[in-house]
Amino acid sequence: MGISRRNFIKGSCLTAGAVALTGKQSEAGVDSPEMRTKGLQTSTTVCPYCAVGCGMIVHTKNGKIVNIEGDTEHPINQGSLCSKGSALFQVANNERRLDKVQYRAPGSDKWEEKSWDWAMQRMAKLMKETRDRNFVTEEEINGTTYTVNRNDGMAMLGAAALDNEECYLLGKFARAMGVGYLEHQARI
Amino acid sequence: MTNHWIDIQHADVIVCIGSNPAENHPVSFKYVEKAMDNGAKLISVDPRYTRTSSKADIYAQLRPGTDIAFMGGLINYLLTNDLIQKEYVVHYTNAAFLVSEDFDFNDGLFSGYDPENFSYNKESWAYQLNDNGMPKRDDTLEHPRSVYQLMKKHYARYTPEKVCEITGTEIQSYMEVARTIASTHKADKVATVMYAMGTTQHTYGTQNVRSYAMLQLLLGNIGMAGGGINALRGESNVQGSTDYAILYHILPGYLKVPTYDNVNLAAYNEKWTPKTNDPQSANWWSNTPKYMTSLLKAYWGEAATEQNDFCYDYLPKRSGNYSYIRLMERLQNGGFEGMVFMGTNPIVGGPDVNAIASGMDKLKWLVAVDLWETESSVFWKRPGVDPKSIDTEVFLLPAASSVEKEGSISNSGRWTQWRYKAVNPPGHAESDAFIVHQWVTHLKKLYQEDGVFPEPIVDLAWNYGDGHEPDIDLVARECNGRFTRDVVIKGKAFKKGEQVPSFAYLQADGSTTSGNWLYCNSYTEEGNMMQRRGKEDPTGMGFYPNWAWCWPVNRRVLYNRASVDLQGRPWNPKKPIISWNSMTRKWEGDVPDGGWVPMNEDETKSPFIMIPEGYGRLFAAGLADGPLPEHYEPMESPVANAMTSQQCNPAVAIPGKINNSGKYPYVGTTYRVSEHWQAGAMTRNLPWLVELVPDMFVEISEELAESKSLKNGDMVTISSERGQIEARVLVTERIKPLRVQGKLVEQVGMPWHFGFNGLATGGTANTLTAAVGCANTTIPEFKAFLCNIEKGGINS
Ligand code: SF4
Repeated sequence: MGISRRNFIKGSCLTAGAVALTGKQSEAGVDSPEMRTKGLQTSTTVCPYCAVGCGMIVHTKNGKIVNIEGDTEHPINQGSLCSKGSALFQVANNERRLDKVQYRAPGSDKWEEKSWDWAMQRMAKLMKETRDRNFVTEEEINGTTYTVNRNDGMAMLGAAALDNEECYLLGKFARAMGVGYLEHQARI
Repeated sequence: MTNHWIDIQHADVIVCIGSNPAENHPVSFKYVEKAMDNGAKLISVDPRYTRTSSKADIYAQLRPGTDIAFMGGLINYLLTNDLIQKEYVVHYTNAAFLVSEDFDFNDGLFSGYDPENFSYNKESWAYQLNDNGMPKRDDTLEHPRSVYQLMKKHYARYTPEKVCEITGTEIQSYMEVARTIASTHKADKVATVMYAMGTTQHTYGTQNVRSYAMLQLLLGNIGMAGGGINALRGESNVQGSTDYAILYHILPGYLKVPTYDNVNLAAYNEKWTPKTNDPQSANWWSNTPKYMTSLLKAYWGEAATEQNDFCYDYLPKRSGNYSYIRLMERLQNGGFEGMVFMGTNPIVGGPDVNAIASGMDKLKWLVAVDLWETESSVFWKRPGVDPKSIDTEVFLLPAASSVEKEGSISNSGRWTQWRYKAVNPPGHAESDAFIVHQWVTHLKKLYQEDGVFPEPIVDLAWNYGDGHEPDIDLVARECNGRFTRDVVIKGKAFKKGEQVPSFAYLQADGSTTSGNWLYCNSYTEEGNMMQRRGKEDPTGMGFYPNWAWCWPVNRRVLYNRASVDLQGRPWNPKKPIISWNSMTRKWEGDVPDGGWVPMNEDETKSPFIMIPEGYGRLFAAGLADGPLPEHYEPMESPVANAMTSQQCNPAVAIPGKINNSGKYPYVGTTYRVSEHWQAGAMTRNLPWLVELVPDMFVEISEELAESKSLKNGDMVTISSERGQIEARVLVTERIKPLRVQGKLVEQVGMPWHFGFNGLATGGTANTLTAAVGCANTTIPEFKAFLCNIEKGGINS
């Protein structure tokens, strides 16, 4: 895409479009913020970047995010955001976002588009084969045999970008699979 | 963080060391400035003059990797001048405890060292016990074997002159730091420590943190408003993902992962449940069996019964260290067939990334789940590699972003806040929860037919509704936990299926489930506490008890029973966290760290409830590399250790690819910028942020630039024993050479966000860093390594 001025302006215009709803652009943002977002649906969220945990308001219209701004009610950030938090809009509206399942065959130099169904079946098969081939039921350590029930054939790395509930599910899955090599960004 | 962001406003002195909040946690700086408006002093200790330094009252430069020397000198200053909060130190820390006569320290080695295994036998570090099995103590702190006296002797070696010779700090600013921090030894004055990866990413990172904690304990600053020891976490939910234990050594809520010799649940409980003979110690981890059984019940539901040890055998048992660096070594040795990456980019973020990338070439399959195409997911077409030669099957699964799904995340201050779904993910993208759910569903089906040890998968309790993706509300309820039958606990009756109100009610007999005991109380019969948006601040202290929820049990400041004196009166009456109301005989303020009566009454408990002995540990016998932090040089260093003849941490094996020969003369270090984030995919793909910081750069001093004939914007090659990268040079007076042991040491600093893929690309700083980690945590030593810098790009 290159550093695109056009996209930069396109993003800003969506916000400006919301401002224009009041008909009085110069005053809208300052004096009557409620008018600026009139007719839009709102929900709250928390910044996905650093762990300050700044609150944000997301404005949507017809299933599209049209604006994201700091939540003035939030006790920590009281409406302010840093450069990253302010740019979250461009995570939600970004042509570089992945929107299809991609697959790269052994030795290939390109991605191929695949269905979820196909990919899920293939991944599950590979995971099972790996687990079954590399499952260590017992290990002899210092002359004693111990039950360890571990799958040493695969490693999983996550997951600071996941929600707590997702982390819980991922951890539960990993342990059921017998994965001992489970690590994430907290270690680096 | 022991405290939380808003609480920083209460500090009298703020010490930013190993952190740069003005740059990396910008909104938190609001509270630093608020404190300063009220007269607080800001101290910035950093190798570079950062944005935080530019706001500081005192800037003290230190050489990367010399925090322990810096802190050792401060501890020495406090002890020599008797500038400690003595009542706090005697009653709330282990300063008065007597240590074994066999404990010794000699020329950089503590007693019990085993040079063959780079480890210690810690027997001689134990406390002396009395006839009741409790540590002997001397409240006068005069006994030569008391922790206080051993510590005093240990740190007497860290004179200001010696320290500054090691750290390169100017002695005037060092003394100013010492005086300013020491001013908070008064009961009603408090300092806070804000630290980050500049602290932890060293071969003695844990001891760095400990040295700050010791300082804070001596000053009586732990548990206090505006005090504590505060890790500024860099990712929005890295606190939560740690609490939820996406790590090899822990299970949710910091329960230990079983090791091979914990042959059954009883053996596990016996091994990992700490014991104390002190009736005054709450020894909170004595509840381990309750939490563990509740977790097993959450994992395997009905299948987990008392008869089958609650399916304890289903858990994998570890027989080694499987941490990130070890995992990557195994990868390079061809030890894995497959890998799963959930929103992570190791060939930008890991140490010695070239080695990681070539290890990946050996995989049969790789699954990467992400919002973007990352460097790691296209490792097979990285520069210099022929895709034909790589046989890995790669799946790249499009994931939902934070505004396209719902769930909770936990910030640095342990506040767990709910995020709502605003829109659907783009195209075919799906939430991580959906993806894990699909894997489980498919694998359950396969293992119902056949497979090795299918039970853990077939029996896995996985009941999250019939929707397209798992019902996150049900998952959040399971994380909290519920009663599996009608029970009466502590005189209260509960019905089967009810949510457990808090971890105080969890049981070891299978009558409760809890996916994470630490989060038990986050989703009660009253509803989802994490969704709350109450703005009340009843004490005016900024706890906001009805805003979201924080662990444990909505306690906003940890160890808060250390914020009061023996009568339960706040050390600082102007900024109370809790106080004992002798009329109602109840605590007021924050949720107290256990509701026991004050320390001067019978039936009380000591304030450090997570430690078996109940006292803050100035002397910590559990660590791999010594009970007292001691200065060692980073694995790669331009100078010899001026304290002892032990050059590096003796509890860390020296790996390959380390070069101290002088070929790489400069100290390299890495950091972040406000406009980018971590391994970069989340910012290097956003046009707004790319406009602000489009390129990789490397910062050097004016002196080094002159000696290398470099000017701003020149292309340079930076090299280390691990590899080389190119970048534009930024010549700045914000980086100054350090005078260390009579020698000028130059630094080369660079952001680590860049890689070869994405909208903005650039050299990956972690090409240069070494895969060697902290003795306790194995966090890599990213923050200090040796490198060289030469004019011109790699191919010039
Ligand atoms: S807006 Fe900035 S300071 Fe606030 S959480 Fe996001 S990254 Fe951190």
